[in-house]
Amino acid sequence: MTTRIVELRRGILKKNDELAAGLRSRFTAAGVLVLNLVSSPGTGKTAFLERTLRELRARGEAAAALVGDLETDNDARRLAASGAPVRQINTHGICHLDAEMIGKHLESWQDVSLDGLNYLFIENVGNLVCPSSYDLGERIRVALLSVTEGEDKPLKYPGLFNSADAAVITKIDIAAPCGFDRELALRNINEIRPGIHIFETSAKTGAGMEAWLGYLAQQAKPA
Amino acid sequence: MHELSIAASIVESVTDAAHAYPGARVKEVRLRVGALASVIEDSLQFCWGLAVEGTPLADAVLAINMLPVILHCDGCGVDSEVAGVQSFRCPGCGALAADLRQGRELEIESIELEEPETSTPVRVEEQA
Repeated sequence: MTTRIVELRRGILKKNDELAAGLRSRFTAAGVLVLNLVSSPGTGKTAFLERTLRELRARGEAAAALVGDLETDNDARRLAASGAPVRQINTHGICHLDAEMIGKHLESWQDVSLDGLNYLFIENVGNLVCPSSYDLGERIRVALLSVTEGEDKPLKYPGLFNSADAAVITKIDIAAPCGFDRELALRNINEIRPGIHIFETSAKTGAGMEAWLGYLAQQAKPA
Repeated sequence: MHELSIAASIVESVTDAAHAYPGARVKEVRLRVGALASVIEDSLQFCWGLAVEGTPLADAVLAINMLPVILHCDGCGVDSEVAGVQSFRCPGCGALAADLRQGRELEIESIELEEPETSTPVRVEEQA
């Protein structure tokens, strides 16, 4: 018997990365800005997205959303109240969305064509670990953190926060009763992802939404 | 807990690569995993045991090389290794450094095969 070493140098998630690259080319060609929203369960991704969709529609923008959950279509029904086309992806136990799920659900989405969209939001499964490894073909990855979660979330989940392009702090309307230390939270986010865009928002009062929508408009502009 | 999907992807990839060496047995699979890859070493080892069960890789050892974060500091112009994943500052000057040069890797580096003397590879070059 002899021993042989075979160099592979192959990405473990190569298949996902290739599918994501294909999606990214399609999104770019269609001129749609795609965002992947990631946070813990209960941060308020759905409320934030619902408000975002409503505000975008009020401005005449065409926005749609894919929403991932282990089970139920509750979030899709909530988001659909905004009037935007919304599609639920149930992962049935899988803790993250992957590029294949996105591709499949786009293929069979009758009432939405990418060419007609300005924005497509992908609300990931509530989880701060696993989604960080899976590229969905998005241009912007958004990490969300609520004032109820503790300012050290970015330090506890650096893999996700370091991979994000923008950070959104949610529920700032209840920051004071929660004893939220704003300076500390901002510092922690910046320690893990220096220079990241940070938005402080409340889906309830609308605080901070103007800055967020301004950022979206700027990012959606053709380069 | 996505280590099981990761282990399954490795099994698929390695089984595929080993097809080029008929009669060979995979002894070891070597990974490069960055500190920011969100993969827990113990958890991946545990899931590896489950993923290889009943496959030709059942006896293969998974060797995980965990890689520290390396940052490039624009001010100093150097790449430095950082201890841990709690702060992205240049160890030289203390400035925040966003330019990550290592730490997100999640790849199969190589496989070690044990093969009979007569075995001839039908395909040596792996696609990148």
